[in-house]
Amino acid sequence: MYAYDEIDRTLINERVTEFRDQVKRRLSGELTEDEFKSLRLMNGVYLQLHAYMFRVAIPYGTLSSEQMRRLAHVARRYDRGYGHFTTRQNIQFNWIKLAELPDALADLAEVGIHAMQTSGNCTRNITADQWAGVAPGEIEDPRIWAELLRQYSTLHPEFSFLPRKFKFAITASQHDRAAIKVHDIGLRLHRNAAGETGFEVLVGGGLGRTPFIGKTIKPFVPGRDLLSYVEAILRVYNQYGRRDNIYKARIKILVHELGIEKFASEVEHEWQQMRDSALTLDDAVVEDIRSRFTYPAYEKLPHMPDELKQAAHDPHFEAWRKNSVAPHKVPGYAIVTLSLKPVGGPPGDATAEQMDAIADLADKYSFGEIRVGHEQNLALPHVARRDLPALWRALDKIGVATPNINLVTDIIACPGLDYCALANARSIPIAQELTRRFANHDTANLIGRLHVNISGCINACGHHHVGHIGILGVEKNGEEFYQITIGGRADENAAVGTLIGPAVPYGEVADVVEDIVEAYLALRARPDELFIDAVKRLGVEPFRERVYATR
Amino acid sequence: MTSPLQQKIKITGPSMVTANRTWDGVVIYRTAAKGWSTDLSEAAIVHTADDARALLAESVADDVGAVGAYIAPVQIRDGGAIKPGNLREQIRSRGVTIELPLPA
Repeated sequence: MYAYDEIDRTLINERVTEFRDQVKRRLSGELTEDEFKSLRLMNGVYLQLHAYMFRVAIPYGTLSSEQMRRLAHVARRYDRGYGHFTTRQNIQFNWIKLAELPDALADLAEVGIHAMQTSGNCTRNITADQWAGVAPGEIEDPRIWAELLRQYSTLHPEFSFLPRKFKFAITASQHDRAAIKVHDIGLRLHRNAAGETGFEVLVGGGLGRTPFIGKTIKPFVPGRDLLSYVEAILRVYNQYGRRDNIYKARIKILVHELGIEKFASEVEHEWQQMRDSALTLDDAVVEDIRSRFTYPAYEKLPHMPDELKQAAHDPHFEAWRKNSVAPHKVPGYAIVTLSLKPVGGPPGDATAEQMDAIADLADKYSFGEIRVGHEQNLALPHVARRDLPALWRALDKIGVATPNINLVTDIIACPGLDYCALANARSIPIAQELTRRFANHDTANLIGRLHVNISGCINACGHHHVGHIGILGVEKNGEEFYQITIGGRADENAAVGTLIGPAVPYGEVADVVEDIVEAYLALRARPDELFIDAVKRLGVEPFRERVYATR
Repeated sequence: MTSPLQQKIKITGPSMVTANRTWDGVVIYRTAAKGWSTDLSEAAIVHTADDARALLAESVADDVGAVGAYIAPVQIRDGGAIKPGNLREQIRSRGVTIELPLPA
């Protein structure tokens, strides 16, 4: 966990006071909506179909149990008893009243949570691998650098009015769980040939209306130069990024139109003028940040304790362990993913009761720490393997032990037309129907790793472009239709999926997905050939034929 | 961004003006009495672009009471019942199409 200092606490509290005054002036009529809108957006407050929506940041996906309890409190006291974890390590509350928002913000501020820069044309929440600091083989904890970026970008005067929003993601593992290739800037911490650590910097990735996979702009930037280099990128974007057309304003369009070589040369020119400036990170600064991260006092524990040997006789436990428990860098410990994808449930939603219970379990089994992943699940990052059976029983009781991580029912979905003012079609009911169709865990396991991503509009909050199966809701003559893509992926081999054919109506989406899965099962070269690998080998055509033969 | 009043207004059937209530965001409908109601059946119905523009203009003028006013289609059933004219308005009027968690 990172411990905020007095500067952070003051900043957050001052923001609450400021926003309370802004809301008061809005409700009295002193501020018009036009004047107020940008102020509320700077505090994560959107107007959606039914109500205001409040988006709260969970920087680099790390939460303490105390913070989780406070989120539960906000859900219960100010909303309708639940929250929605998003694809960018935020949580959204869907029914909040503007008049009560300052109180909700104040309650969150007491535990160091805020909503700054969760909206607007600024640097958004810095996201990271949810297994940061505990994944085996990691170069180092990338959250140290994420925290540096958070401090650097918070209320940055030069970059508070960028042409469009700007998103960073960071990982320090070979396997990318942070989707860095579909972010405006993606950072991969690695070692160069000389054994020094630094960053591969990718730029211009993004989804939405015009999806692009990020391109490497510099293969190695030493840590001391990280801030100056990203500042050079932001300056070039701020200068040349389009402000006349919202659909062409993201950095990905600038990189695409200039070409990566020209863009890189502009950045290099800018960087050379400022790289040895105040932004250079000396070791003491990095060490200061590092020292504010506290890590558990791990015990020396056996890899295969008696508790685990005994529980292995229970097939339900074993199914969960094999699916949801991952190796930890410390022997005797494990990383446990909590599925927020129950059969028939809205992906990413958690009730206040679940949040409270998860906080208690984090205290009991995970040194009080919880992680949020971009796949809309949670994780307990420091669980002793001897505690796995007891933890599983407790998680199962509260409905977050569905053994479907990375399987067909572990669906990423945006709120869609049930909540969102931008959506053209519903996402959640499609996801719910799919989880019912594939509810049998044996079937889901037989299918293997398969990511289904659903967005209710082209803005792609459900990351449909990079789903192994992507589903995009569109509106045709007042009816909901869905375009289906296959072959997308969000990992280190990120790719944008290919459209398989004409959009299908709402009632046929689950049938189409079943057809695609059946085609895969029939066509895969061997049982361990993953769906995504089969699509790469076979192309789209066999799947298109199967889906449209009878349509 | 273009003001709703500067946008070209084209309606193809009976329409109403809807918005969200400023203090809590609740869905509201402009009434013939120049007020707001949470009940769609009390919405003022217009049939021409000119009437729609006028209704929108008076709605937008109430910047303290309502936010995001816009014109939306409705269906008038036999007997005069007013129903939402598209799926978006159905969802705004009736609520989400999924089951919400029950309060503990």
